[in-house]
Amino acid sequence: MSTKVKKMLFILSKATIENAYAAFVMANGARMEGIESEIFFTFFGLEAIQKKKLEHLHVATVGNPGMHIPTMLGGLPGMEAFATKMMKKEMEKLDMPPIGEFLEILSDSGCRLWACKLAVDMFHLKEEDLIDELDGILTIGDFYSRADQEGCQLLFI
Amino acid sequence: MKKIIANREIDVNEDGYLVDFTQWDREISVCLAGECEIVMTERHWEVIEYIHDKHQKEEPLSIRGIKKSGVINIKEFYALFPGGPLKKATLIAGIPKPKSCI
Repeated sequence: MSTKVKKMLFILSKATIENAYAAFVMANGARMEGIESEIFFTFFGLEAIQKKKLEHLHVATVGNPGMHIPTMLGGLPGMEAFATKMMKKEMEKLDMPPIGEFLEILSDSGCRLWACKLAVDMFHLKEEDLIDELDGILTIGDFYSRADQEGCQLLFI
Repeated sequence: MKKIIANREIDVNEDGYLVDFTQWDREISVCLAGECEIVMTERHWEVIEYIHDKHQKEEPLSIRGIKKSGVINIKEFYALFPGGPLKKATLIAGIPKPKSCI
């Protein structure tokens, strides 16, 4: 059972819960297949690794045709929170861990977690604002150098 | 498919997983582990026992389950069965490959 993909590098740039889970499930799935994996959190993706924010990610109810909610209704107060609650309930049924626990699982599984330096500076974040499992803060150049090997794939989410 | 494991003819699927658990014993595990370049230790057997227990109760296996197992943590699980621990541990345990994505 061998694969040509040796390493998967994910760039998470969004704070919506479905994007965070997409990155996490794929990064964890790679580790489960014996493939190296790393996640680079940039721009709004940084919300997923901020201690105070990571359990409050929302699903987007506006401008998301997959939700089948009229845009006008999707914008009503409490709509995002309601849709997120429903989604979290469904995910729990499938034994999907909450964001914080998922990050612990990823870290324990050997998935490296990086924050983007430029975005950290832009949002005025300090290291103590970010999760303890974080492996470091990198420039995009540092991140590219981690991709410099055969069988490596980069994915922007 | 038939495969010779521990000098016996064993029924396996195309991925090499046992299809009939009654054919399983520790000798089979040792041989399958050897193919994965794993040398079985007491810790490995404890994990195999946990996996058998879950399988018997028909509870799905997942990495999150390993975290909660109280038998082993995720780091050690990856260290004991390098390169895809759930896949390898279930292969060695003689049960089907887990279908879960998480």
